Amino acid sequence: MKAILALEDGTLFPGESFTGPIQAGGEVIFNTGMTGYQEVLTDPSYAGQLVCMTYPLIGNYGVNPEDVESDRIQVAGLIVKECCKQPSNWRSSQSLPEYLAEAGIPGIEGVDTRALTRHLRLHGAMRGILSTEVKDTAALVEQARSIAPMQGLNLADRVSCTKPYLWTDDGPVTVDPASFTWPEGGPRLIVYDFGIKWNIHRLLADQGFVQLGVPSSFTAEQVRELHPDAVFLSNGPGDPAPLTNAIEAVRELCEDFPLAGICLGHQILGLAQGGSTYKLPFGHHGCNHPVMDLVTEKIEISSQNHGFCVDISNQNHLKITHRNLNDDTLEGFEHREKPVIAIQFHPEAAPGPHDSRYFFVRFRELVRRETGK
Amino acid sequence: MPKRTDLKKIMLIGSGPIVIGQACEFDYSGTQALKALKEEGYEVVLVNSNPATIMTDPELADRTYVEPIEPETVARIIAKERPDALLPTLGGQTGLNTALAVSEMGVLEKYGVELIGADEKVIQKAESRQLFREAMENIGLKVPVSGIARNMDDVRTWGEKIPFPIIVRPAYTLGGTGGGVAYNMEDLEAIASKGLALSMKSEIMLEQSVLGWKEFELEVMRDKKDNCVIICSIENMDAMGVHTGDSITVAPAQTLTDREYQQMRGAALAIMREIGVETGGSNVQFAVNPENGELVIIEMNPRVSRSSALASKATGFPIAKIAAKLAVGYTLDELPNDITRETMASFEPTIDYCVIKIPRFTFEKFPGTDDYLTTAMKSVGETMAIGRTFKEALQKGLRSLEVGMPGLGKKFETCPQDREELLTLLRKPNSRRLYAVRNAMRCGVSEEEIYETSFIDPWFLRQIRQVVDMEEKLQEFGLKQGLDEKNPELADLLRRAKEYGYSDQQLATLWKKSPASIRSLRKRLGIKPTYYLVDTCAAEFEAHTPYYYSTYESGDEVSPTSGKKVMILGGGPNRIGQGIEFDYCCCHSSFQLRELGIQSIMVNSNPETVSTDYDTSDRLYFEPLTFEDVLNIVEFEQPDGVIVQFGGQTPLNLAVSLMEAGVPMIGTSPDAIDRAEDRERFKRLLKKLHLRQPLNGTAMSLVQAQEIAEKIGFPLVLRPSYVLGGRGMDIVYSMDEFERYFRESALVSPEHPVLIDKFLEHAVEVDVDALADGEDCYIGGVMEHIEEAGIHSGDSACVLPPHSIAPDLVEEIKRQTKAMALELGVVGLMNVQYAIKDDEIYIIEVNPRASRTVPFVSKATGVPLAKLATRIMLGEKLCDLDPWSMRKSGWVAVKEAVFPFNRFPNVDVILGPEMRSTGEVMGLDYAFGPAFMKAQLAAGQVLPEQGTVFVAVNDWDKPLALPVVRKLHELGFRILATRGTATYLYDNGLPQVEPVLKVYEGRPNVLDFIKNRQISLVINTVSGRKTVHDSKDIRQAALLYNVPYVTTISGAKATVQAIDEVRTQGLQVRCLQEYHAGQDN
Repeated sequence: MKAILALEDGTLFPGESFTGPIQAGGEVIFNTGMTGYQEVLTDPSYAGQLVCMTYPLIGNYGVNPEDVESDRIQVAGLIVKECCKQPSNWRSSQSLPEYLAEAGIPGIEGVDTRALTRHLRLHGAMRGILSTEVKDTAALVEQARSIAPMQGLNLADRVSCTKPYLWTDDGPVTVDPASFTWPEGGPRLIVYDFGIKWNIHRLLADQGFVQLGVPSSFTAEQVRELHPDAVFLSNGPGDPAPLTNAIEAVRELCEDFPLAGICLGHQILGLAQGGSTYKLPFGHHGCNHPVMDLVTEKIEISSQNHGFCVDISNQNHLKITHRNLNDDTLEGFEHREKPVIAIQFHPEAAPGPHDSRYFFVRFRELVRRETGK
Repeated sequence: MPKRTDLKKIMLIGSGPIVIGQACEFDYSGTQALKALKEEGYEVVLVNSNPATIMTDPELADRTYVEPIEPETVARIIAKERPDALLPTLGGQTGLNTALAVSEMGVLEKYGVELIGADEKVIQKAESRQLFREAMENIGLKVPVSGIARNMDDVRTWGEKIPFPIIVRPAYTLGGTGGGVAYNMEDLEAIASKGLALSMKSEIMLEQSVLGWKEFELEVMRDKKDNCVIICSIENMDAMGVHTGDSITVAPAQTLTDREYQQMRGAALAIMREIGVETGGSNVQFAVNPENGELVIIEMNPRVSRSSALASKATGFPIAKIAAKLAVGYTLDELPNDITRETMASFEPTIDYCVIKIPRFTFEKFPGTDDYLTTAMKSVGETMAIGRTFKEALQKGLRSLEVGMPGLGKKFETCPQDREELLTLLRKPNSRRLYAVRNAMRCGVSEEEIYETSFIDPWFLRQIRQVVDMEEKLQEFGLKQGLDEKNPELADLLRRAKEYGYSDQQLATLWKKSPASIRSLRKRLGIKPTYYLVDTCAAEFEAHTPYYYSTYESGDEVSPTSGKKVMILGGGPNRIGQGIEFDYCCCHSSFQLRELGIQSIMVNSNPETVSTDYDTSDRLYFEPLTFEDVLNIVEFEQPDGVIVQFGGQTPLNLAVSLMEAGVPMIGTSPDAIDRAEDRERFKRLLKKLHLRQPLNGTAMSLVQAQEIAEKIGFPLVLRPSYVLGGRGMDIVYSMDEFERYFRESALVSPEHPVLIDKFLEHAVEVDVDALADGEDCYIGGVMEHIEEAGIHSGDSACVLPPHSIAPDLVEEIKRQTKAMALELGVVGLMNVQYAIKDDEIYIIEVNPRASRTVPFVSKATGVPLAKLATRIMLGEKLCDLDPWSMRKSGWVAVKEAVFPFNRFPNVDVILGPEMRSTGEVMGLDYAFGPAFMKAQLAAGQVLPEQGTVFVAVNDWDKPLALPVVRKLHELGFRILATRGTATYLYDNGLPQVEPVLKVYEGRPNVLDFIKNRQISLVINTVSGRKTVHDSKDIRQAALLYNVPYVTTISGAKATVQAIDEVRTQGLQVRCLQEYHAGQDN
């Protein structure tokens, strides 16, 4: 079925829907990873976005029940060059078109994804509409323009859990905070869910943490009442600036707990510590970004997915720990006195290289040092 | 960490002649490394015996030793040059093994030479099967169940422990030489005994078969600070069991989830660290069980490899260049990515297209060999194609192969159509498996069944199925709807077909139209290719490197440049007869254009070459060399001229059609080319110039052939225009043989004429390379062949200057060459082959293009022929260029051919009119003897200075053999001979000759002597079928036991002269720069 991607600047990219009739809008971004589309689709950080995969052949290995980063598909739509309908992989349980169609998420193929990527690189990320109503393209462009811009949009509250949950081997189990008691085990960790990727939970669990996921609206007071040993700030979608409540809560929590943040969590920490954030022209979305750990001077190839970046240039109490070697942007910092560390990229990978997994070990050691647990 | 300043002089070992498993990719990597080291200000010493390489151009290294790559010689060079460091990881397995050998000899220690990149311990750990297996166990990685055998007892013990089939892998060999798959104990003993003999350390590994598992490769780089990056992942379409060099491979990996890919990536990094590769590129091979994803490690190469060349071309990341810089101390974050300029080399390339590599085979050259692919590599070349989809890349790749397939589809006449036959073909991997898959699908065989017989992953099969379905759709559309341009469905379908990689030629066949009409239809419908960039980053950053491929997409991101520009058509995949020599010429032409400030545009499809390096030309189009693809680029770029004379026969074949399409050709006109190639027109030309050629005729029928044969008289050279089962040219001595030839080998009909020439026996053959500008002619070099006429010029050794031809005959040859060059109106290069018999000169062949010997002549005389030819094509004159003044002389250069016989067991090593060599080496010295000796040594023949010589020559050669044997006797050799030869020698004054039994005469016979290593040289000439058959075992044994052998009397003469001269003078090493400066030491 013929379909079209209409961008807010009037540019049109024709293609074909592989998920039946479609209509969806969002910010159009590109991802340069050659593997890991299922993780991308289920990553809440992509909420509200139409994701264009730059690798042209997507769907080759199908989808499976294990490689999910949340309980559902999170992207607003998927844009590819060619979608494979008959996958081949020993773990595959379903094809990509079936997976998307079942969830009602649009998928479009036959798009010149390289032309689209270049367009976004040259003109910046922009809003777009995917539709099978291809006749009135002017109307589609109008619709694209009417989508709320990413900047200033509070998406994290939208994808965050509504109730606290305990992370278990089988995934999240909702709990009542009033009657909650920590199960036996390692250090107790409050994990702010701004749209967390499950692999963060899995890797924190590997470090022995007992994790309670909490909604983004949780206040510092609510956290304190639960008597955790440490706090973790997850990744999440969109602009950190509008998350004023979370920023305030984090500012307070920094005083009391060892704390770490990833991606949006890193940005929130940056803002809470007096820094500022700004939008990158077309963001970092891929699995091949070199980052240098300034402590060890080693380069790690990192998984990245962010449209905003932190500026802490005037914050003398913060120390830069990681830098992006491509564009020199900030990739990580720590507090000079307090047990607070954060990185902009994704040490949990999924998808992407596992070079940065040490971050979880580092956090575990920090907690041990601070709390003796 | 900045570069090391404690190192001043660095030595690099090349990979030597082109052989199966080690081709021009090591010239590509070596050239990059040389340039990188020079750029950093190091003094570089190079050893490489292959004159057809760019890396041995005297401008590249400071000291260029065109000397044999073997430990003794390399040790001598080290003693003379005293380098601070030796970089062993860029010269293939040869470079690595030689470095290891000199290290073990204590030479490096003695002269304080440091191994950089990978040291002795690392090489051993990666290359020794046992150490490697232990290392993998240390880091918890699985390897197939296996055992190490050092003798036949070990082999039998393991044979009882490991379940069959068992894979035999010799340690320290190249391209899986000597390996194989054994299905029972008998197989195992046969393969293992050969493997033990071929392994440098008599070590083989017997390994649990993982046949049918999926095969993957990762290219890894590591720097001194332990930063590791993966450059490229590669997935093999062929399952485990087929050597990766013989597999169709795809980049990036297609069927791995991120979890599985990252697991593999993690394993590759752990292996780099465990093996301890300090800096540089390595390659790790994996097998994955398709049933459950179980991952095992097959092997790793701690060096730049064929796969890394492919990975470089597939991603745009220059692995060899970066490896060289890492070896001198830089880290990845200190080196810029040339392509984006703003980012550094410390990243992992990501690509937004699909790359496919398809190997090219030449089984037809080696009758008697099974077309059967195993763990020992057999392909002689490869082509790479880039497309936005696998389907597009596959079809582009197939037409790039130049085997008469315009893509996947019809014209697979040689492939059976019968279901059962097809399944048999699919069961046993072979060079035609892709056609078998396609035909099987057409026969209704299901993908499941094809998978179960071939183990080609269903993902690939379904992609192929889509191409097959499209073929049916296209055909049906053509039949039912016709080609009405107003029908919008036609444009849609045509565009879809182009996106699937269909060529105009394929569409023309399906729609029964001419390719030209399809082309114009397509253009009228506005369906034209777009050119996209290879940029390492999937368009995330702006790219500056002009490396392009065509596809059918909407976006236009490349625009033609302005200014004067010239396009060079390359040679496509390597094959026997067309290889690195032509790539050398293309590169030189491009270098010359850039020096003149003219933009150079290169078109080629061979990933192994220097010409497809992104900085060789101003623009690189990685495209098939077909009329359609080339014309598309011409129409897009609008070059001022197109050069076809450097890339061998491939571009030459396009000359006439390109000219007719209005493409501005520069150089010798296509008409002049035709005049030299068309038998009748050429005959008239010679008549006009009063030049002579051997009596000849063209037969359209058997009767006519017999008439011509009777008129000319035997012996005859027969050359078919259409070949059955791969037999090509042959020499026949009698009507019996003549009739057998037509019965078994060649078809003769008006469509398939057979060319018949008088064969000039015992004639001396001469090759001449010349430059002409229409007014004048410069003789680049006159090369006297060592082997007599009748042996393909590509397979003969030759010497420059001639060492036994009378000066007046040489002068006459030069005169005739000039006369033909001027008459043909050659503008650029020309090659002529002559035969001299009884002081008469005969013209065998004229080729108005670059020849295989251009690099050899250029290097031997210091005159850059291809560069000058380029200037001539651009309108300059010889009298102004004055090549005469550039010429350097005073030494002797010998070229020797290198053969792949050890890859094709049971194929006779006798030389003939059909070319079978894959590469060549050059020996240089001030006298013929040492130069010849060096050439032999470089080709792997260690000529003895003493010992026992076995002589068996045919009756014809006996009188000629007498002085040769007498000389050997005088030199103190013990002489063994077959009864006939011995009797003759005895009767003619050589009573010391000892007779020895032939194979069928009883035991102990000559084979026993060879196998007991009691013979150090075999001289064996034959004529006629019977003696060839009778003595084949002798030559096979010599080959297997690595005993030097000579199969011609002229070769024997040269050999003995060399042994004699070297015994008195010894061998000296000298670099090109010394020769050119006229120094002696």
